[in-house]
Amino acid sequence: MLFILLGVLVLHLIILILLIVSTAASTWSVGDKVSTDLWYNCMTTSEGYHCKPASNEDWIQAVQALMILSVLFCFCSLIAFLYQLFRLVKGGRFFFTAIFQILASVFVMCGAIIYTVMSPDIGAQFGYAYVLAWVAFPLSLVSGLIYIVLRKKE
Amino acid sequence: MLTVLALASVVLLGIVPEQSQAITIYTGWERHALVGSDIRLSCSFFSWRWTSDDVTFSWTYRPDGSRDSISIFHYTGGEAYVDNKGPFRDRVEFVGNPGRRDGSILIKNLDFNDNGTFTCDAKNPPDIVGRPSSVRLLVFEKLPIQAGVITGAIIGVVLGLLVLIVVIYYLMRFLVARRVFSLSVSKHGKKKKEGSQQRQGPAPPADPSKVKAAASEKKKQESRKDKK
Repeated sequence: MLFILLGVLVLHLIILILLIVSTAASTWSVGDKVSTDLWYNCMTTSEGYHCKPASNEDWIQAVQALMILSVLFCFCSLIAFLYQLFRLVKGGRFFFTAIFQILASVFVMCGAIIYTVMSPDIGAQFGYAYVLAWVAFPLSLVSGLIYIVLRKKE
Repeated sequence: MLTVLALASVVLLGIVPEQSQAITIYTGWERHALVGSDIRLSCSFFSWRWTSDDVTFSWTYRPDGSRDSISIFHYTGGEAYVDNKGPFRDRVEFVGNPGRRDGSILIKNLDFNDNGTFTCDAKNPPDIVGRPSSVRLLVFEKLPIQAGVITGAIIGVVLGLLVLIVVIYYLMRFLVARRVFSLSVSKHGKKKKEGSQQRQGPAPPADPSKVKAAASEKKKQESRKDKK
């Protein structure tokens, strides 16, 4: 029982870290010496490393919002898990934790899909932050489903 | 002591008007507009003196990438003189109120060639020492949405919905507990309630235990929901 609990908690923490890194690192698209989105467009020129704010198109703002919301909801779900761990009645299910985690996974999915569809397809490839977002989505979905199934034993 | 005070006040009164003779002019910093629309460029000033009848406003325009300015508007002696030869002929209108220290102009039917810097210079004799203030005009085909507006809107809406759902949930629970109306959401609770009411009529002795069981079940459910 303790191992399951520990494993679930470690998974949750991994998902939270993935989401935070994916949201904060500005490398959703990378080029030769360029990395762009979500927050800054940075370029390595002969004079050094320059960054300017990312373009404020509608879809980029939507992806920003969805990623921030997913981080928030994942964090809330962690808090709810710790709270329910100590206060839930025996035999109860972790519903609130599951709901927040599944919502976080839905938001990451939406953000990643919007970015995939709308990103400019000239030359640039997808960077590691984009890959992390797509990795975080199934992990968080699985984690949410685990919380639905998990029951607090005596 | 009194002489020192008198001297100090004279000195102060001597100093303050010197500084206050500077006139401060306020315009915007940057203005965005759509092609074909009208825009009001506001210009107002602050002066320590009362607004005199000889107050003057003048607007000059410097196109983007050029170093020459051209004068497009002048207000003096109670009369407004607009551009009748330059790039803004028949497009400038005076919409200010000199008595209220407002020297704003209205430029109609904007075009991409109107991108540039507009400088307003106001003079309120004898307050003439001042720095003209400039406002930059940017003409767009489609107004871009500022960074962060949509982001903030989406986050705000989702969090607001969350708060709303939580509030409604607790409100419904409160109302159901107060028996304002009964829902069929908690089917166990309602059936047991109906069951206990039905059995209360014909068989009172068998009832208390079943009512107690129903009540304890309900209490267990409530406590479970509480602890969530």
